Amino acid sequence: MSDATPTPTATPERPQLPAQSPPVDPAETAVASDKARSTGKLSWWRGDGGDGAKRNLGLIGVLAALIVVGAVTKPDLYGDPNWVWNNVLAILQLASVVGVVTVGMTFVIIGGGIDLSVGAIVALAGVWCTTVATQSYGAGGMIFTALVVGICVGLVNGVLISYGRLVPFIATLAMLVAARGLAASISNKQTQVSSSTFINDIAARKVIGIPILVYILGAVVLAGWVVLNRTTFGRRTIAVGGNPEAARLAGINVRRHTMLLYALSGLCCGIAAIMLTSQATSAQAAMANLYELDAIAAAIIGGTLLSGGRGTIVGSLLGVIIFATITNLFAINGLSIEAQNMVKGGIIVAAVLVQQFQFKSVTRLLARNRVTTAT
Amino acid sequence: MSEEETVALPEDDPATASAEAVAEAPLVEAPADTVAGEVVLRLTDVVKTFPGVRALDGVQLEVRAGEVHCLLGQNGAGKSTLIKVLAGVHQPDSGLVEWRGEPATFTNPQAAMKAGIATIYQELDLVEDLSVAENAFLGHEYRSFGFVRRGRMARHTRQILSRLGHGEIPPGRMVRSLPAAGKQIVSMARALSHEARLIIMDEPSAVLAHDEVGNLFRIIRELTAQGIAVIYISHRLEEIREIGDRVTVLKDGRTTAANLPARDTPTRDLVSRMTGRTIEYVFPDRPADDAAGADLLQVQGLTREGEFADVSLNVRAGEIVGIAGLVGSGRSELLETIYGARLPEAGTVRMDGKVLRPGVGAAVRAGMGMAPEERKSQALLLGEPIYRNVTLATFGRYARLGFTNAAKERAEADRIAETLELRPRDVDRPVRTLSGGNQQKVVVGRWLLGGTKLLLLDEPTRGVDVGARAELYQVIRALAAQGVGVLLVSSEVPEVLGLADRVLVMREGRVVREAAAGELDENTVLDLVMAGSLMEGAPA
Repeated sequence: MSDATPTPTATPERPQLPAQSPPVDPAETAVASDKARSTGKLSWWRGDGGDGAKRNLGLIGVLAALIVVGAVTKPDLYGDPNWVWNNVLAILQLASVVGVVTVGMTFVIIGGGIDLSVGAIVALAGVWCTTVATQSYGAGGMIFTALVVGICVGLVNGVLISYGRLVPFIATLAMLVAARGLAASISNKQTQVSSSTFINDIAARKVIGIPILVYILGAVVLAGWVVLNRTTFGRRTIAVGGNPEAARLAGINVRRHTMLLYALSGLCCGIAAIMLTSQATSAQAAMANLYELDAIAAAIIGGTLLSGGRGTIVGSLLGVIIFATITNLFAINGLSIEAQNMVKGGIIVAAVLVQQFQFKSVTRLLARNRVTTAT
Repeated sequence: MSEEETVALPEDDPATASAEAVAEAPLVEAPADTVAGEVVLRLTDVVKTFPGVRALDGVQLEVRAGEVHCLLGQNGAGKSTLIKVLAGVHQPDSGLVEWRGEPATFTNPQAAMKAGIATIYQELDLVEDLSVAENAFLGHEYRSFGFVRRGRMARHTRQILSRLGHGEIPPGRMVRSLPAAGKQIVSMARALSHEARLIIMDEPSAVLAHDEVGNLFRIIRELTAQGIAVIYISHRLEEIREIGDRVTVLKDGRTTAANLPARDTPTRDLVSRMTGRTIEYVFPDRPADDAAGADLLQVQGLTREGEFADVSLNVRAGEIVGIAGLVGSGRSELLETIYGARLPEAGTVRMDGKVLRPGVGAAVRAGMGMAPEERKSQALLLGEPIYRNVTLATFGRYARLGFTNAAKERAEADRIAETLELRPRDVDRPVRTLSGGNQQKVVVGRWLLGGTKLLLLDEPTRGVDVGARAELYQVIRALAAQGVGVLLVSSEVPEVLGLADRVLVMREGRVVREAAAGELDENTVLDLVMAGSLMEGAPA
């Protein structure tokens, strides 16, 4: 039986590692950080997850790599600063609608759920706000309708999941089907043209050289970041997703909060519906097709844990931008959508693999090798 | 590490100095006649470092065939890491592991298994929805042509189970439907299916009721009689006395004493080697006069079918009421129902005379707080920093207009950490990195913040080492002195008797005795708790 044990030489080969850094006395560091804290030197903007920040650096690296690929394949275009600036704006505009949906999705996933119905909610809200009756109330009425429809559909999801105890996957899958059906029946399967210049101008206009859609994305991301990191709502979201039982026993109303998360996702879909309607100057039941997949994929490559309790808004935003950049890269190179989808699939897998391959273990491995070669 | 700490805490100096003297004393060798078997496992100067922590810092261990070798140490002493090194989960950074006379490295758990080392973890690693036989042979099923040979597996499982004295467990039964004790048997069956020569048991008695422990010991004796070595880890000294042959004590990742005779080493000696202090189970003094105030909690006729029936009790401000009872006596369910986490079928719960609305939220608003039985699954966000766990129930109070006040939360958590002597004190560390005792402090500390009038504690010291226990007792007593009412559930009768002012004894969902703690002694309570019921198949 002893033959199963590896060779005796294995032990001496392993270097005595801990020399790499002086042993840290936890008591000492605790005191040091106490001091830092009591002097109140914490920057207000500092995110709370150190891990998340590291992951986001990785995503920025991916983004940089994509830009390098672009510059190598189309050096003439990337040599023109004007074109580059316009291309950046184009990418951001491309990312804006899905980006807004992804912020809502990130909350739902951190809270331990999933929302498959976001694309359908966008379509339903878009169709509802462009009916002849709604348009007669003007742009304000249209925006109001889109937001209310989004929130209400989200609430229905939330009630079914938290009080009806349906599995989120099932409840929102059912909503995906039903909301698209309702949208088709309201629009009578027609494309409804928006006659509101105010709405149509949202996508067409720029302020200080930047499209309004990008401002909206920025505002939603900023609001999402503040809500997740600086409010009780965000804290409850992390608690409910991280350990629902602990949250419940600490007196947090887990069900109500879960319901609100889906309403928040619905609200984001309502905003996205206005943006998308404005882009197309029309709405139809088939719009925002497969947005749920784009949003989930972006959240996941952004480091949001599918089982809940962990995730960052910035990561999700980077995820969306990476996808938009890939689309853009393929477009300027004249490559097909099919090839693009295959690359996107590969990127999702790679991102998750990289996350599972613990960042720390890599650095430890590197440190160990350094010690080995030094001695 | 401990040396630096004690420099900062001069009041500990004399005790520590003596402990160091103890540690430097030559390791005690067991009398040769206590164990006859050959040495199967020998560890020499094993070191294992994690970033920032030296988890093992020179461990010596010698285990002989056919002995029960007990491993003693406080939480954080390195026991868990040591087990994982032996089980092949971690590899030591340096030092020598000799398995059956030859140097060995287990690069993964399968290698350790194959070599004959089986580990039974505290959280049993069984697949609940597979049968007993499938669990016993998980990963090395009898196969031919890709098909599992179920018949042969069932036969062999039955053999192993009868070898363990539990031939009555059907190999085809789903593991989910077995009580905790039965699951443990299945874990052992798995170890035997691998022809294990060394079985490591990590606090096997923690999930067992009192009479099931006796059964466990019987099985351990049979295993050792067959020449199998057992490493037995427990916080309960009396168990070590009963089942152990030799004891190795760990402190701060170092072996402070090896191969002490388990039966006749004085308790004081063991505890001092473990803690560096000479402390026993110290219960704080009760206040001389009856300081308890008005009724805080009144429970009347509370009933839940199959869990408990017609329970009435009251807790006064500043009073500690203890509930003694076995696992399955309905005590934890009762506590959760009072807390609003379960809905009663009949009966009322009143706080300050007002009937509570259902739900945890109402209970918390009325001033209740609970430290549930399962820390990790019921109380903690393991990946979140300590301060966020401490303020999990109160972060809303520090918030303004919905915006959290992290600086205030950190400050409050830091205050709690200081009061409870949390180690390490850094409130930004994830709770995951703390030892069990310190995690429990975080859970209790959560309710020390702001306005808790009644604290419900379910097994507050389970898996908590002796030193941290004494600290927790002090905290609980101090809370009572401030007028907080405490309702305490524990399977450890001495704990209930030592800490509580008044004791309720529960058996099979009913309160069978209520008396002042001073009127009861351990044997009376044990008799009451166990009378007439052997708790077979009790839900865990």
